[in-house]
Amino acid sequence: MKLRTLVWREIFERKNQLATSFLAIFLGITAIVAIKNITFYSEKAVARELDALGANILVLPKSATVQDYYSADMQDETFPEAYVTRLSLSDLQGLDNLSPKLSVPAEVKGRRLTLTGILPKSEFQAKAMWEGAGIFTRPEEGCGEIADVPDVFKPPVKETLVRTRIIDDLGPEEALVGSDIEALLGVGEGDSLALLGRTFKISAVLPQTGTVDDSRVFAHLHTVQAMTDQGAVINAIEIVGCCEEISAGLVEKINKLLPDAKVVTVTQVVDTQVKTNQMMASLSTVFLVIIVLVGGASIANYMYANVFERRREIGTLMALGAGSSVIVRMFMLKGLLLGLVGGVGGYVLGTVFAVTFGPRVAGIAVMPMPELVPWAVGLSVGIALVASCLPARNAACLDPCATFGEV
Amino acid sequence: MLRMEGVCKSYNHRASTVTALRDANVTMDRGDYVSIVGPSGSGKSTLLLMLGGMLSPTGGRVFVDGRSLYDMTPNARAAFRKENIGFVFQTFNLVPYLTSLENVQIPLFLAGEDEATQQDRATRLLERVGLDDRLDHKPSELSVGQQQRVALARVLANDPAVVLADEPTGNLDPETGRRVIDFFDELNDEGRTVVMVTHDPRAAERAKRTLRLVEGSVINGQG
Repeated sequence: MKLRTLVWREIFERKNQLATSFLAIFLGITAIVAIKNITFYSEKAVARELDALGANILVLPKSATVQDYYSADMQDETFPEAYVTRLSLSDLQGLDNLSPKLSVPAEVKGRRLTLTGILPKSEFQAKAMWEGAGIFTRPEEGCGEIADVPDVFKPPVKETLVRTRIIDDLGPEEALVGSDIEALLGVGEGDSLALLGRTFKISAVLPQTGTVDDSRVFAHLHTVQAMTDQGAVINAIEIVGCCEEISAGLVEKINKLLPDAKVVTVTQVVDTQVKTNQMMASLSTVFLVIIVLVGGASIANYMYANVFERRREIGTLMALGAGSSVIVRMFMLKGLLLGLVGGVGGYVLGTVFAVTFGPRVAGIAVMPMPELVPWAVGLSVGIALVASCLPARNAACLDPCATFGEV
Repeated sequence: MLRMEGVCKSYNHRASTVTALRDANVTMDRGDYVSIVGPSGSGKSTLLLMLGGMLSPTGGRVFVDGRSLYDMTPNARAAFRKENIGFVFQTFNLVPYLTSLENVQIPLFLAGEDEATQQDRATRLLERVGLDDRLDHKPSELSVGQQQRVALARVLANDPAVVLADEPTGNLDPETGRRVIDFFDELNDEGRTVVMVTHDPRAAERAKRTLRLVEGSVINGQG
C-alpha cells in the first residue's frame, strides 16, 4: 500500500460528498476557460472591427495642419519616403500596417479628383526584407489581426484597402477607383482611365466608405511619384497601431524616430479599443476572483468536513505511528488530485462550451486554446492546494486520543 | 519497561476541573501481563493512553525503556509508537474503505516497508488469526469477531514489544471474547508486555496481575 492508495480509496468511498466540492472547482474552471477563450477571440474581433475604421496614427509633414483626418494627406508639403523604411527597420512594437501615400490633385473630363499613390504590401515587405530587418522582426500576428478562421472575418478582397489601408498587389499601370469616381465618370473594373497624361487600367472599384476616399483614384506610389517629378517623397504615412502600444507611448517613440514629421492619433478609435479591451479584461478578472473564492471556499469547506468526519481514522493512524507529515500529505494529495482532475476536466468542458456556444452567443468563431491547459490546471491545483492547507494542518494537529472519544 | 511516576491528568470542563488520574505510580516489567479494571470513568483508558504516548499528563512522567515519553516531540512519540507499541481498540478502528489485507498493511506502510514485504507479512498475519480467506473483504463485510481479529493482526504487523488493549472484548460475544483473550495469552507467551483495560472479570483473571482504579486513583498497584 502507498499513500496514494489510501487517498484514492477514500475518495471513492465518499465520492458523493466529494462531488459537490469537485463540481465547484470543475464548473469554475469550465466557466473561466470558456470566458477566457471567448474573450480572447472577442478582443480580436473587436480589434478587427475597429481597424475597419481606418488607421489610427497619421505621420504628416511637420508644417501640416489637420483640419480633417480623411483629407489630412492633401498637403503641399512632403517628406522622404525613406521615413517608411526607417519605421520598418526600427524595433518599435505595435505597428501593424504602414501605408505611405502621396496624394496629388488631378482632373478627368473637367471633374476634379485626387490621385493617391500607395505602396502595395508585396513590395513593402520585399523592400523591408531586402533592407535586412524591419517588418519580420515584429510579431507575425499584430494586435489588430487574427488568424484566419474559415468563413469568418475574411473580408472581400476589394475591401482590403478600405478596411486596413493595405493592398497586396498593384501593378504600375493599374488603378483602384472610389465609388464616387465610378458613378461620376461611368467607369468600371477593366476600363481604362487617363490621368495626368498616363493611362491606367482599373483593376477594382472600391466599396463606398462615405469619406473622401470615394472620390480618389489609387495608383502605385512610384508611378505617382514619377508622374509628378517629385522624386521619392510622400506626404503621409497611415499606420494601424496597436492601441495598447499607443497608450504606452508609441506616438512619442515615432516622434523621436522621425523628428522632422508630425505624428497624430485618432483618439476616439484608440480610446474605444483600449476601453473595450480593458472591459473584457476586467470581466475576466471578476470571474476569476469569483471562481477562486467560490472554488476555494467549497474545497476548504469540504476538507474541513472531511477532517471532522475522519477524526477517528486520523487518530487510529496516529496511534499506529503516523506522524504529522503523513497526515498533511494525505490531505494535500487529495487536494492535488481534486485540482488536477478539476483543471483538466474544466479545460475540456470549457473549451467545448466556448467552441460550441461562442459563435451563437457572441457571434464569433472560437478555436480551442491549448495554451490555456497549464493555466487552467495550475489555477485549479493552486486553489485546491491552498484551500486544503489549513484543514490538512488541523488534521495533523488533532489530539490522537481526543479523536477516539473514549477517554 | 513501563513506568509512571506521580502521573496525574485533569481536564477543564465548563469552568470546573475534572481529575481523571491522580498521582499514579505504576511499574510494568518486560513480559508483564496486566489487566486494568475499575468502574466507568475511573481513569482506566486515560492511564492506558498515557502509557501509549497518546495523551500528555498534567503532571508526572511516563517512561518506556527508560525514555521519558512526553519529553519527546509529538512526531518522535509517533515514531516510537510505530516501532514499540501496538494498540487494540474496543471498536477495532479499522479503516472502513480498506480491505483486511490493506488494514494490516498500514503499520508496515508507515514503517516504510516496500509493497511486496507489506503484502507478504500482512497475509501471514491474517493467516495466523484465521482470516486468510478474507483478505479482500472490507470491515463492513466481516463479522464483529472477524473485525477484531483483523485488528489483532494489525497490532502485530510491526512486531511491537508492548500491546495496549482498551476493552478488547467489550463488543464481542463470550466465545469470541474468549478466543481474543487466548490470543493475548499467546502474545504474552511470546514475551510481549500486554496491558489490557477490561470490564470482563474472566478476562482480567487471565492476566498475571491486576490494577484497580477508583475515581482516578490506583488502588491496587501490585495485583
